[in-house]
Amino acid sequence: MTTTDYTRADFQTDQEVRWCPGCGDYTVLASVQNFMAGLGVPREKIVVISGIGCAARFPYYMNTYGMHSIHGRAPAVASGISITRPDLSVWVVTGDGDALSIGGNHLIHSLRRNLNFKILLFNNQIYGLTKGQYSPTSEQGKQTKSTPFGSPDHPFNPVSLALGAEATFVARTLDMDRKHTTGILEAAYEHQGSALIEIYQNCNVFNDKAFIELTGKDTRDHNRINLVDGEPVKFGPEGERAVILEEGTAKIVDTSAVDPGRILVHDAGNDDPSVAFAISRLSHGPYGPTPLGIFRRVSRPTYESTVRDQITAATEAKGEGDLAALIRSHGTWDV
Amino acid sequence: MATEDLVTQESDQKTEIDRAVIRFAGDSGDGMQVAGTRFTDASAAFGNDLATLPSFPAEIRAPAGTLPGVSSFQVQIADFDILTAGDEPDTLVAMNPAALRNNLDDLKRGGTLIVNSDAFEERNLAKAGYDHNPLEGDAVKGFRVIEVPMEQLTKGAVKDSGVSGRDVLRSKNFLAIGLLTWLYNRPTEPTIEWAEKKFATRPEVAAANVMAFKAGYNFGITTEATKTTVEIRPATLPSGTYTNVTGNTALSWGLVAAARQAKLPLFYGSYPITPASDVLHELSKHKNFGVTTFQAEDEIAAVGSAIGAAFAGNLAVTGSSGPGIALKSEGISLAFQAELPLLILNVQRAGPSTGMPTKPEQSDLLFALFGRHGESPLPVIAAASPSDAFEVAIEAARLALKYMTPVILLSDNHIANGSEPWMLPDIDELPDISVPFATKENSDHGFMPYMRDIETFSRPWAIPGTPGLEHRLGGLEKEAITGNVSYDPENHQLMTDSRAWKVVNISHDIAPVEVDDPDGDGDLLLLGWGSTYGSIRAATRDLRKDGRKVAHAHLRHVNPFPANLGAVLGAYERILIPELNTGQLRKLIRADFLVDAKGLNRVAGVPFKTSEITETAIAMLER
Repeated sequence: MTTTDYTRADFQTDQEVRWCPGCGDYTVLASVQNFMAGLGVPREKIVVISGIGCAARFPYYMNTYGMHSIHGRAPAVASGISITRPDLSVWVVTGDGDALSIGGNHLIHSLRRNLNFKILLFNNQIYGLTKGQYSPTSEQGKQTKSTPFGSPDHPFNPVSLALGAEATFVARTLDMDRKHTTGILEAAYEHQGSALIEIYQNCNVFNDKAFIELTGKDTRDHNRINLVDGEPVKFGPEGERAVILEEGTAKIVDTSAVDPGRILVHDAGNDDPSVAFAISRLSHGPYGPTPLGIFRRVSRPTYESTVRDQITAATEAKGEGDLAALIRSHGTWDV
Repeated sequence: MATEDLVTQESDQKTEIDRAVIRFAGDSGDGMQVAGTRFTDASAAFGNDLATLPSFPAEIRAPAGTLPGVSSFQVQIADFDILTAGDEPDTLVAMNPAALRNNLDDLKRGGTLIVNSDAFEERNLAKAGYDHNPLEGDAVKGFRVIEVPMEQLTKGAVKDSGVSGRDVLRSKNFLAIGLLTWLYNRPTEPTIEWAEKKFATRPEVAAANVMAFKAGYNFGITTEATKTTVEIRPATLPSGTYTNVTGNTALSWGLVAAARQAKLPLFYGSYPITPASDVLHELSKHKNFGVTTFQAEDEIAAVGSAIGAAFAGNLAVTGSSGPGIALKSEGISLAFQAELPLLILNVQRAGPSTGMPTKPEQSDLLFALFGRHGESPLPVIAAASPSDAFEVAIEAARLALKYMTPVILLSDNHIANGSEPWMLPDIDELPDISVPFATKENSDHGFMPYMRDIETFSRPWAIPGTPGLEHRLGGLEKEAITGNVSYDPENHQLMTDSRAWKVVNISHDIAPVEVDDPDGDGDLLLLGWGSTYGSIRAATRDLRKDGRKVAHAHLRHVNPFPANLGAVLGAYERILIPELNTGQLRKLIRADFLVDAKGLNRVAGVPFKTSEITETAIAMLER
C-alpha cells in the first residue's frame, strides 16, 4: 500500500474506543485519523505519545507506533524519541491536567527548546478520568467534587502560557469544528519545531457545555474571533466588532467606531510574541469573545537539528569515535 | 620550559618503603584536588599502584579558612597491588589551621606533617576554633613537622611570571606538589607538562605554576627541616598498558563501549546532581561516538526521555544519585511495565534527603531493589572499584538488551571520584551484546509485541519506522502476547509472574560468584558488594598474614543473586557482611538463604578502614 492510498480505517485499531458516549474526544480522534490518512506519511513513521487522562487513551486507537506513558510526562518521552529519530513524525496527546498541572514543567521546556513534536492539548477544563475535580483551566469559583465551596485557583490560559514560553507555533481550535481543526493540524505538521494546539473539548459528563458560547448556534458567531494571517481581526455575524491594539493591550471595539486603519492586522509570523500574547489576553476562557486559529508561527532552529549538527560537526572534526584511543586519552604507561 | 634549573642532586638519605599514604588538605579554594590528582598522576607514570580518596565539602566555596570549607585528597601509593587509599596518612599537608584541625587526628603517629606556616595567623586560627597556635603546643608532638612559609615562597617564586595580585597565591598548591614530589622522589615531568598543557591559553598562569612547583621542589632540597626522602619502587603489576581512571570516567567509557558492542547509538538523559554529573560531562564530550546527551529540565524528564529513546531504538541510559532516583521511580516502573531496555545509574551518596552529597554510602541497595510501586523486580548490578565500572556498564547493557528490562547500576561517591590504575582491555575482545530488532510479524495474526522468547522470556523490540509492526506500549496492564490493555484477573497474575520469572531466570546467565579462599577451608566468609571491595580485600590479606583462615566473595549481581550463592554461603560457619549502610545486603541474605550472617555497618561518610574489618573479623573468629 502506498501512503496515498490510506483511508481513515488504516489508522484505526481493533481496540474498542472507550470514551463516554458524546465525548468530544471522538470528534478529535476522527479529525486526526482523517488528517493522517491524507498526510502522505507512512504509518510506521508516526508516533503518538500520551500521558494520563481521558485523552491519553488516544494512542490505543491510532494504528501507528505509540505509547500511553505516565501522568504529565508525555513531552519528556517524546523528547527522547524526537531527538534521536528525526525521521519520525511525533505527536503528543495531553489534557489540561496532564499538560498544565502535573506536567507543566515538561510542557514549557519542550516549547522553549523548540522540540519538533506537536502537542495536542485537549482542554475540557475538568478532570474527567478521576471523575470531576477542577483543573488548572477551570474558572475561579468553580464548584466541583473537590471544591464544594468553589475553586480558589486562578486558571491558566494555555495559549498565553505557551507564548510566554516562546513556543514557535501556538494555536487554538474546537473539537466540534473538524474543518478548523484539520487546518490547524496541517499547519502544525508543516511547521518545523514545537507546536502547541489547544483544543477546546467538551466533557459532556463532568463539564458539559463549557464551550457553548463558542459552539451554540445563537452565540458562536458573536464570540468566535477567527485569526487569519494578514487579515484585520474582525468578528461577529457581520464583522461588526474588531480588535485594536492600544498601548500594547488588545481591545475589542465596534468596527464602525474606529478608523479601519486602526484595526489590528494579524501577523502570526511576528518574531516578537508580545502582540500574539496581547491577543491571547482577550479572553480568560471560552466565556465570551475568544480568539481561535494560529496565534504564532515563527521559524527558529529545532532542538533536534542543533543536536544533530553538533554530532555531525564533532564527527567531522574528530573522525568517528575510536574506543581504543578514548580509553588511552588520559595518558598511559606500560608494565 | 625545561627542568634543568631543578637541582637533581640525590637527597642525603633515601629510605625505601613499600607503600605510603599522603593526604593533601586545605581550603576548598586552595586547589587540593588538583594537587592530589597531579601527585597521583606522577606516581602512576612512575609505575606505582595506587588508590585515591578525594573528599569535598558540599559547598563550592564555603567561607575561606573555616572548617566546613576544608577539602582533601588522599592517595596511597605502593610497590605492590594495593586496594584502598589507606587507613591513615603517613604524610599530611595542611594548608591552613582548619585543614590541620580537620585532619590531624588521622595522621599516623610519627608521620610527617607539612604545614603552610604563613596561614597560621590569628584570624585563621580563630576561624578554625584554635585559641593558640597548635604548631607551638603539644598537639603536633610525635610528628615530624615541616613548617613551610608557602605564601612567601610562592610570591618570591612567581614574581617574574606575569601573574599579579590575588592570582599570585593561587599557585601555592603547586609549591606543595613540588615539595611532595621531592619528598617522595616522584618524576617532575608529568606535573610540568600537565601545567603547560592545561594553561596553554594563559601562559603566565602556566609559568607561575611551574615556577612555584620548582620552588617547592628546591625548598625540599635545601631545607634543614629534613634530609630524608622516601622511595617507593614501581609496582610489579601484570604486564599491560595502564591508565589511571576514576569511576565516573570508567563508567562513561563503559557506556560508550556498551553502545559500540550493542551496535546502537547511545542516549544519556540526565539532570545535574552530585556525584553523578561527571558522567554527563564526560559523555557530552564524545559526540563523535554518536552519543546524544540530553540535560533534561528535571529528573523525571531525564528518565522519560530515556524511555522514549529506548522505544526509538537507542541504548538508553539515565543517571543520578539517590534523590534523583526517587523522582525517577514512576518512570522506571513504566519502563518495567513496557519491558523496554533502560540503564539507570545510581551514583550513591550519603542520605536520606539531601544528606551528605559529597560523601559515599551504600544505602540505596534496598531502594534499588524495592523502590517502586507494584511488583516490579529489576536486575541490580554494582561496580566494585573505579575501573570495574567499565565492565559493569557493559554487563548492565547486556542484561537490559537481552532481557528487555530496565537495569539499575549502582556506583557510589567513593568509586565515582576515586581512581586506580586500570589495565586497559583489548577492545576486540569485548563481548558482542547486540540484540536484533524485530523486523517482521511473529504470528499469523500480525505482530504480537508481548510474545515472549521461550528462553529469555523477553519480548521483541520493534522500533518505530518498522513497517507492519505498529504497536502501542503503555503503563496499563497488557494482555499476554497481544499487548492489548487487559483487566483480566488471570492475565494480571500471568504477566506479574512472567515479569518476575524473567528477572529470576537471569541468575543462570551471570557469572557465578567467585570465592577467594586459597585452601577452601576458611573459618569466616567476608561477603561484600560495591565499593567496599578494596577494604574487604585488604582486610582479607591482613587477616591471612595474621594466620587467620578467611574467605572473600564480592557480589557484582545483587539482583538476582548468582545461582551458586546459596552453596557458597552454606560452606561457611561464619559470615560477615561489611556495608556502608545499616545492613541492607545482610537483610537480603538472611531472608533469602536463612543464614546467620553478621554485619559490620557504618555510615560515617567515609570508606571502611581495613582495621575496622579485621578487628570485627577477629572478634567473630575468637568468639
